[in-house]
Amino acid sequence: MQFKDYYQTLGVARDATAEDIKKAFRKLARKYHPDVSKEPNAQLRMQEVNEANTVLSDPEKRAAYDQLGQGFQPGQEFQPPPDWDAGFEFSGRGFSPHEATGFSDFFSELFGRMGGGRSGFRAHGETFRAQGEDHHAKILLDLEDAFHGATRQISLRVPEVNAQGRVALRTRTLNVKIPQGVHEGQVIRLAGQGAPGMGGGPAGDLLLEVHFKPHARLRAEGRNLHLTLPVTPWEAALGAVVTVDLPAGQLKLRIPQGAQSGRELRVRGKGIPGNPPGDLLLDLQVVLPPADTPKGRELYETMARELAFDPRQAEGN
Amino acid sequence: MQDDEVLIGSLMEDSWLTLEQLACACMVEPDWLLNHVDEGLFPHAESVAGVWRFCSADLTRARRMRELESDFEAVPELAALVADLLEELDELRARLRGAGLS
Repeated sequence: MQFKDYYQTLGVARDATAEDIKKAFRKLARKYHPDVSKEPNAQLRMQEVNEANTVLSDPEKRAAYDQLGQGFQPGQEFQPPPDWDAGFEFSGRGFSPHEATGFSDFFSELFGRMGGGRSGFRAHGETFRAQGEDHHAKILLDLEDAFHGATRQISLRVPEVNAQGRVALRTRTLNVKIPQGVHEGQVIRLAGQGAPGMGGGPAGDLLLEVHFKPHARLRAEGRNLHLTLPVTPWEAALGAVVTVDLPAGQLKLRIPQGAQSGRELRVRGKGIPGNPPGDLLLDLQVVLPPADTPKGRELYETMARELAFDPRQAEGN
Repeated sequence: MQDDEVLIGSLMEDSWLTLEQLACACMVEPDWLLNHVDEGLFPHAESVAGVWRFCSADLTRARRMRELESDFEAVPELAALVADLLEELDELRARLRGAGLS
């Protein structure tokens, strides 16, 4: 296990005040916010920053860390002496084992046994029964899975309390059957797969939030599917029946006469299956053939001569 | 549990998360959530026969708001405003991906 220099992570001096630490944390939390940051490894850096802040913003943990870490350099091999934390009084506030999922082994080794009071991970057996926490994770699926269903293997890093009362992370692999009709943002509940209960109480549930990998052509919004459909000018002008490839198979679709680019066609019930099923929404995009052959140019020239058409006038410009 | 055992989950389809379930999954106190709902900061939450119910999108919203409030000491209304903007950003990014532009 390597020593982590939390002061270096936050970019503050070892004698930094609580206010300095708070300011440095906020600056970095903004820089590495996973929803908006363009920095490489933003999520990883945010976890490191959160871990450092969890220790340095808590006077109890900071004091223990300072005493333990004297003389160590970042990355140096490190093993805390037995009972190193004797003499410190910890109130056990500040984080729950589930929150600490992304934290390092270094953190788990030092502070694991101080995990939060509200988490239900108390080491000494109380006499009451309590249900374990529901855990929450994201699962990334292919859009096709929503049509056909699938079985996916997922790996989760789960905080667990060992016999010494320390929190350690264990990788847990689950095979999960994805039912047909699942849609973006939906939650799959796996009963009894959350945190274990206390005093013989039932385990919590595992809630898997579904997200789809980006698809080359289709975009899902709830159960509705959006597709940009390229059509030729003559298909749009004269109407046509075209074939569209969808995960459920091919669909024949009538383009109405006089359709324009940007017009949306809705095909009821042809989105993601369910009760009710979603709709397929097609955004028509008229694509012009290139005028790069004599015949192509001639056809455009004929249209220019014989069709009294000015789209700017039609739009009232 | 055996690694090769296949778990079959139930879809939270027309079902919803209760206030306690959402609070637990997002590591917030139920009172925190209730106060925010009372202030109208979870616009999709519905009260049916006096029981609050939440959709799965509220999971992400609650997590984001909790982090904004704890990381930046944001007042709840500001956290909700940022969550609104991030939700709009999510939607626009999804559209860009759908159009092959990102």
